[in-house]
Amino acid sequence: MQELVLLGDEAIALGALHAGLSAAYGYPGTPSTEIMEYLIASRERRGIEGGEGLVASWCANEKTAYEAALGASFAGKRAIVTMKHVGLNVAADPFVNSALLAIKGGLVLAVADDPGMHSSQDEQDSRFYADFAMVPCLEPRSQQEAYEMAAEAFDLSERLSVPVVLRLVTRLAHARAAVRVGSAARPRNPVGKSADKPGWTLLPAYARKRYDMLCAKQADIAAWSGSSSHNVSTPGPKRRVVITAGLGGNYYEENLADYLAAEAEAGRPAEPPARLHVGAYPAPADAIRKLCEGAGSLLVIEEGQPLLEKKLRGILDPGIAISGKLDGALPMTGELNPDNVRAALGLRPRPTAAASPIALPGRPPQLCQGCPHADSYQAIKEAARGLDSVSVTADIGCYALGALPPFSVPDALVCMGASLSMAGGAADAGIKYPIGVIGDSTFLHSGIAPLIDAVAGRKPITAIILDNSIVAMTGCQQTILPSERLREICIGVGVESEHVVVIEATKIKAAENVAVIRRELEYRGPSVIISRRECLEAFRLRKKKEKAEGGRE
Amino acid sequence: MKYDIVLAGVGGQGVLSLAAILARAAMIDGLQVRQSEVHGMAQRGGAVSAHLRISDGKIAGDLVGSGCADMILAMEVLESLRYLSFLKPEGIVVSAAESVVNIPDYPEAEKVLGAVRSLPRSLIVDAAAIAKEAGSPRAVNMALAGAASLLVPIKIESLERGMDELFGGKGADVAAANRRAFELARERSRK
Repeated sequence: MQELVLLGDEAIALGALHAGLSAAYGYPGTPSTEIMEYLIASRERRGIEGGEGLVASWCANEKTAYEAALGASFAGKRAIVTMKHVGLNVAADPFVNSALLAIKGGLVLAVADDPGMHSSQDEQDSRFYADFAMVPCLEPRSQQEAYEMAAEAFDLSERLSVPVVLRLVTRLAHARAAVRVGSAARPRNPVGKSADKPGWTLLPAYARKRYDMLCAKQADIAAWSGSSSHNVSTPGPKRRVVITAGLGGNYYEENLADYLAAEAEAGRPAEPPARLHVGAYPAPADAIRKLCEGAGSLLVIEEGQPLLEKKLRGILDPGIAISGKLDGALPMTGELNPDNVRAALGLRPRPTAAASPIALPGRPPQLCQGCPHADSYQAIKEAARGLDSVSVTADIGCYALGALPPFSVPDALVCMGASLSMAGGAADAGIKYPIGVIGDSTFLHSGIAPLIDAVAGRKPITAIILDNSIVAMTGCQQTILPSERLREICIGVGVESEHVVVIEATKIKAAENVAVIRRELEYRGPSVIISRRECLEAFRLRKKKEKAEGGRE
Repeated sequence: MKYDIVLAGVGGQGVLSLAAILARAAMIDGLQVRQSEVHGMAQRGGAVSAHLRISDGKIAGDLVGSGCADMILAMEVLESLRYLSFLKPEGIVVSAAESVVNIPDYPEAEKVLGAVRSLPRSLIVDAAAIAKEAGSPRAVNMALAGAASLLVPIKIESLERGMDELFGGKGADVAAANRRAFELARERSRK
């Protein structure tokens, strides 16, 4: 037994390694990225044991990552797939369908939600996906639990032959604490494909049977969660009972001493209220009913959207007053924290230091000084000046910051790949100069299919690929294919070669670049401009690495 | 014993390394530690913060509550004022004296310094100047660690060991400059 300081993400990764992990796939996305980075470091023997023979690779997108993990499970191996919450939308097709499969090697989806949208475009709650797909979900609330639940998830996946979801949130994924870890890793599963053909072939005739089996399996899943040690009932007074889930449990405990003091002050017993903490889903219906028998009211404290709170209204006697996010006792949006949980418990705010004596201007994130995207946006802005029917749809990455001053170039920004498909739709609707701005990695993730649509429909879109050679936003992971391939890909899907132009995103070339963009805007078919210059951070890391490698020789 | 710190700065300054050293040192002392940080978009020149919680007992959550922080430790002076609602009435602000002016509406530097000085308890460290004097402009965060070392419930030997562990791989020159910045700041903040 050894103690290590780990991020929540790293604890999941190490837990998976110690559980006999054979393969790991993912697409970078905050706050999930460090799970794969840890596994890749282990594979490359950078100070983390257990990675010999491990497969750990970034993939083109979350869908291909999930499907690769499915293939490994089919072949008998334990596989993990990692992504952020919105990545699961991309992987939703294989994920939901995989619930019907006869999972062989343990299959675990580690998905990290971002309530509060620290670095995301929404705060959807992945527990709903687990519920929708009818598969078990584990929600750790400490780094230690994250480590332990990884192994449990693999065992459960193999025992019940279903994929298992491990749901993380930012504040656990990106917080460090000491974790007691086991020393010996479980041996890996031998390779051997599933012999259950109908269990892996979702033709309607088989799929109907498989869906019946999944429904029948729900009793086993409920029995597991009903007896899980992660669902903890604590007896106590029932004037007001409490259900906590995930990090909601931590913030509740943080305020408990003050709550008891307030109870004593009000002349009531200073005893913690009866409580259920939920860490394993589906939520344990019997434990909830038992908790609420004879209770006056119920407060539900869960991180994310009100999943439990909504479900309870179908479980409980309508006589009990339920409060939580739906009645405003806790905020519907943003993260839980010690303060809003405190208010929901009816406690006064703690006194704080004086407010700032001066007004503080905001300091939003911005493109780095000298960033190539700045030169690209400047050129696009200049090229579009004076044109009366222009739209600029952008995409997910550092360059999303171009929507803010001083650039303010994009008009719309939705999800991975939407820049190019939306430009096509805008063209169909009658916009004369629809520009789609997309990063190199995002293009490889989900920009190729929209480009095929534009070619097929001969849509006059101008796709501008901001090629900085790296996945910059999430900390400079290698792009899945090198920059040199981008031009070939565009020509390969049918964009005419004279309308696939590579420019250099620098100040010196500004006038020339503006002229190229103007020319391609006037072209009445699909064109692609690859605006190329290495990310400064990637350049810095590359030089550092070269220096370190040179030093060892 | 429980000691909560909110660390503040601008993306790219090394706030997370500072948090990591304090956390490591507290662990060497046998204390419980939780350290929460935000990666991703916030790194790009924007305001960044990290929460560091140290205790000799169980720590329930990763976040510091309003009115709970014993210290705000800032690598940039304007940022030292952004998280005051986390600070206990008797808590202290420890801040680098220097500004990072990367926004158009940044107030006058003197006004910002004056605001920090007007707080009930504050300690301003000429961190950038000290780092330069110590031989490494990147050692600003270690100068702040030196100033904070006078106040946090962590043994000085553990802080020194934490620094050696985290920066040991960066060569003897870097390690020595870090140690000098730490000690110079500690010395000057004592006055």
